[in-house]
Amino acid sequence: MTGTDPHTADATAPPEREAVTGARGRGRRRRRAEQAMVPDAKFGSYYGKPVLNKPTWAAADIASYLFLGGLAGASSVMAAGADLTGRRTLARGCKAGALVAVSGSLYALIHDLGRPMRFVNMLRTVKPSSPMSVGSWLLAGYGPQAGIAALTDATGLLPGIGRAATIGAGMFGPAVAAYTAPLMADTAVPTWHDGYRELPFVFAGSAASAAGGWGMLIAPPGEAAPARRATIVGGALELGAKTLMERRMGLSAEPLRQGKAGKLMRAATALTVAGAVVGGVLGRKSRAAAAAGGLASLAGSACTRFGFFHAGVTSAEDPKYTVRPQRERLEREHA
Amino acid sequence: MTSDLRDMLTSDDPPHDGGYDDPPPRYGFFTDTSVCIGCKACEVACKEWNGIPDDGLTFTGMSYDNTGGLGADTWRHVAFIEQRKPLGSQVNTAASAGTVDLGLPSMTKPGEETGQEQRSEFRWLMSSDVCKHCTHAACLDVCPTGALFRTEFGTVVVQEDICNGCGYCVPACPYGVIDQRADDGRVWKCTLCYDRLGAGQEPACAKSCPTDSIQFGELDELRTRADARVRQLHEAGVTDARLYGHDPDDGVGGAGAFFLLLDEPEAYGLPPDPVVTTRDLPDMWKRAGLAAVTLLTGLAAAFARKPSFGRKR
Repeated sequence: MTGTDPHTADATAPPEREAVTGARGRGRRRRRAEQAMVPDAKFGSYYGKPVLNKPTWAAADIASYLFLGGLAGASSVMAAGADLTGRRTLARGCKAGALVAVSGSLYALIHDLGRPMRFVNMLRTVKPSSPMSVGSWLLAGYGPQAGIAALTDATGLLPGIGRAATIGAGMFGPAVAAYTAPLMADTAVPTWHDGYRELPFVFAGSAASAAGGWGMLIAPPGEAAPARRATIVGGALELGAKTLMERRMGLSAEPLRQGKAGKLMRAATALTVAGAVVGGVLGRKSRAAAAAGGLASLAGSACTRFGFFHAGVTSAEDPKYTVRPQRERLEREHA
Repeated sequence: MTSDLRDMLTSDDPPHDGGYDDPPPRYGFFTDTSVCIGCKACEVACKEWNGIPDDGLTFTGMSYDNTGGLGADTWRHVAFIEQRKPLGSQVNTAASAGTVDLGLPSMTKPGEETGQEQRSEFRWLMSSDVCKHCTHAACLDVCPTGALFRTEFGTVVVQEDICNGCGYCVPACPYGVIDQRADDGRVWKCTLCYDRLGAGQEPACAKSCPTDSIQFGELDELRTRADARVRQLHEAGVTDARLYGHDPDDGVGGAGAFFLLLDEPEAYGLPPDPVVTTRDLPDMWKRAGLAAVTLLTGLAAAFARKPSFGRKR
């Protein structure tokens, strides 16, 4: 504990340990949060400093990217479905939405690089051990198809190529939406890593919910039935997988419930449910309800991604989340 | 398919000769913290040799440590830990009697005060931390550009002309070693003095260490030496001595730079049981694939003419 008398820094510490407990000292700021039922268990640390280096990614770039990538991927699937079932407005709107979203996500990705001019180095090699390398190739395959699909539909030119690109983008879309889960989970950040089993389903559900929201927003209720179902089923998948994930994660789920991340995650749940109810159910009859529900679903998906992002940063900044589970694992093994 | 992926994930790791046909032996560091005197010559030598910019002139209040921790501009970091505890069977503590009065001048008459009542049990742990050059290195695994690579010496190095500053290696490292340099955008870390190794020289930190706390050499030999040193310390009554990162069966496949510590790793700011995150990657890919298929079929079902759910007309 910086700047405190070592003899009073932690009265509960064993006498041989004076540099301890990252959890202590933050209690004052937590006063307004709910009281912990059990006091934090003790754990060793070096002056309470984090073990991990904090992620350098900016939330505005990378959390936005997670949201936009999901929206783009799922919108392309919806666009392909709408194309094949003759829902013209839904198809055109989803293609346009996918192109705008994937362009935004590319901008966010490049903007976050320390050396944006070297973006093309991403395509220097193919590495299945790096979700970012796999993602770069997925985007390289998906982006142009999403672009061609949107532009041919908007201009009416080259309908054959447009149809092929629409279906191609629809096939790449789910991969673009789901790979971001390994992207985040393949790190040492406790909250990002520990939910890796359920996270792809949280992100896939969130993507479906967002694309459904977009579809309800841009298509008349007569065409938007699949979009409404997407917000209901996608939202249910997201919330179900999220509940399962948090239960399984243990200590590292804590940042998902506290502070800024906790607020965002709670808002995400409320908005996703509101989107499914207002848009998915009431939107069948009312265009206004569909639009309001659509916006709620989109906002809910964004909140999920930002909440998850911030929770991970919190878990990297507090050594407790790194040290305690590892120490407990060692003790279990040696028991 | 999963086992293929697992092989591919570890193909450039030292157990497979790092992908080199006829590599030299694997080199590394053995940092014996029991003889570290906290002089920080390693920090200085590292900065000088590698031309690393300053990492801030701050006063932390953490004992003699004003460096803080490893990062883009700190490739060696000496930790200082003050503890109320004797170092092994250390004499001249409050617990041991028998001090000798030298009769030196003092405020009281010679012989009246032994000084013993002012002494307390105390030990000062110092440890020079560095990149672990893991056998299974997460930073190298997740690097999308191939800027991070395995050298012929079994070490892990960033190619500064290729790194595009994506920052993926930063949260991937389980030890908090590699970091991004803000004004530069790229990531930096210890290279185990790749340039010096190539010229047959030992790394700058090991060269400058006055007590040989930092020992450089072939990893196999260092491991043998470390085992002997732990035995020696245990026999001398320093029962706290333990090795950290020496075990090829640990979560990172053993570190190329390992340590002899005198307390739990977390007291030094080290993770007690780090695991390379890519160990779970085959499972992550499987589950992401499953989620993608779920998304595709789920949305396709939403377009089916007569779905089994919804649409009550």
